[in-house]
Amino acid sequence: MFITPEGKEIFVVDGHTHFWDGSPENQKNIHGKQFIDCFYAYHTGLSPKENLWEKSKFEKYSADDLYNDLFIDGPDDIAILNSTYLSDFYKNGFNNIERNMSVAKKFPNRFIVNGAFDPRDGNKALEYIHFMKETYNITGVKMYTAEWNGDSKGWRLNDPAAYKCFELCDKLGIKNIHVHKGPTIIPLNKDAFDVHDVDYAATDFQNLNWIIEHCGLPRLDDFCWIATQETNVYAGLAVALPFIHSRPRYFAEVIAELLFWIGPEKILFGSDYAIWTPKWLVEKLWAFQIPEDISSAIGGVQLTDEIKEKILGLNAARLYNIDVAGRKAEFAKHPMMIAAE
Amino acid sequence: MQGALSQQLADVWARLDLVMDPELDEPVTDMGFIEAVSVAGPTTRRNISTVEIAFRLPTYWCSPNFAFLMAEGIKREVESLPWVGQAIVTLQDHMAAEEMNKVINTGGQFSDVFAELMPGENLDALREKFDQKAFQRRQEVVIKALIWKGYLTQDIVKLTLADLSLIRFEDAEETRQRGRYAALLTSKKLARRANDLAFPTYQGQPIGDFQTYMGLLRSVRINMEFSGSLCRGLKQSRYLEADLSGDVPLLVDYTPPLTSDHACR
Repeated sequence: MFITPEGKEIFVVDGHTHFWDGSPENQKNIHGKQFIDCFYAYHTGLSPKENLWEKSKFEKYSADDLYNDLFIDGPDDIAILNSTYLSDFYKNGFNNIERNMSVAKKFPNRFIVNGAFDPRDGNKALEYIHFMKETYNITGVKMYTAEWNGDSKGWRLNDPAAYKCFELCDKLGIKNIHVHKGPTIIPLNKDAFDVHDVDYAATDFQNLNWIIEHCGLPRLDDFCWIATQETNVYAGLAVALPFIHSRPRYFAEVIAELLFWIGPEKILFGSDYAIWTPKWLVEKLWAFQIPEDISSAIGGVQLTDEIKEKILGLNAARLYNIDVAGRKAEFAKHPMMIAAE
Repeated sequence: MQGALSQQLADVWARLDLVMDPELDEPVTDMGFIEAVSVAGPTTRRNISTVEIAFRLPTYWCSPNFAFLMAEGIKREVESLPWVGQAIVTLQDHMAAEEMNKVINTGGQFSDVFAELMPGENLDALREKFDQKAFQRRQEVVIKALIWKGYLTQDIVKLTLADLSLIRFEDAEETRQRGRYAALLTSKKLARRANDLAFPTYQGQPIGDFQTYMGLLRSVRINMEFSGSLCRGLKQSRYLEADLSGDVPLLVDYTPPLTSDHACR
């Protein structure tokens, strides 16, 4: 729960968090080292100084760190834990579903764990989707279209093999498809983070919600074009939001574009923990206003308190059928457990 | 001898200043990508010296496309010096480094390697795409500077090259971008004569609806700035570790090893 300076309670759903193991012990090769090093550079590049972590903690933090940073020190009420395998880089995967489920079990009612699959695995991917639904009753998945898989350096959402997987997701009620479409982290032979495949998949799977993490940046105009036309395409703010600290005018321009084109109902807060922690992000977002000159250049859009409340939790709650009033009451009755105990 | 060497190095750096990071439209020198430059051989004869240039990008994962365009630009610019026989370009710490370095320095054709590494992509088309972005970004800076100075939009769209050349900008960045914008107008043959429009579109047409057009320029800039800010942050952090021992965390720089005939700027 975030309490505003005026005392108002804001329900926070953190739409994009991780519980990874990027430690040297888990790295399979140089790519695994480079991958976590790159994440660490994002962390040091955009975090306020007082929120910097040591490298060793960043590589592998505990379940208690996660719980504390999100819910005790941080303002989150519910966090969506996304799974990312990167099996070509990490021995046990970067953050597989079992690892995520272990923390969700330790701290009940706080996490929604999403699965992941790779359509290039063919029938095995379909079997794995069944397995995740039956074993963990997942309602969402995270897609990483630039993941390596043998000789392949990426795939597209509208590949025929991917469509078979999404048909199955639709049938099983796995409604929320998070897709990383953002800055390049993994080497590309082709531009696997290009957003245009979202257009096809979202049109062909109207029942599914397509949450585009990092809102397509650095292809914001393409993303806005698609998300304006497709009612089931949403913008995840992870990576865009941390600019609020180091380059607030830049963040203002991004959020103004999003508000103008896709509107306040389709923007979702996400910290991208542990790259960034939610406390400072939420505090800064609540205090933020779009400067007048930027707003007037794009239809006079404003970031009102009502809109911030939607972005911070209500929009994600709608997608994940979270009963906000019910959960608020429940959390009020059962104060936080202290993670260390 | 020492004087001749430092002149050679200065010449090389001046050529390197002309190589842009295609995605950011900033010189690779300003971005700090050049790690080392060394020269072997005399200046007295033409086409004889060998220049070695090592460069490094913000991440191991930076797009090979961009690495390619930069390596090609570095080689071309340095080899244009009359005393240079060969420029050996080495990309360091990059996932595509081994393949690229081999081809660049054994006389292979960039276009062949590019086709092999990036099937279905066309090097010329890619270069053209980045030229367009650079044009639009520079143009926006100049137009916004004029708006800031009080020019009305209906007058800006009618300004000629001669009009623009008479306008003084106080801000250093605006002045720099005006010069770079004018250079692209000329090289892209978008405006050459004094009475040509100073602000055509990249397709050579007059600007239509001004607000719509400025929206386009803005979105081009937002995309480029995103990459630019991340790149700068990543470059800064890549070889640094956060030192949390004191009250205020300090970043400790990583210094690459230098040999006596290497010069780093």
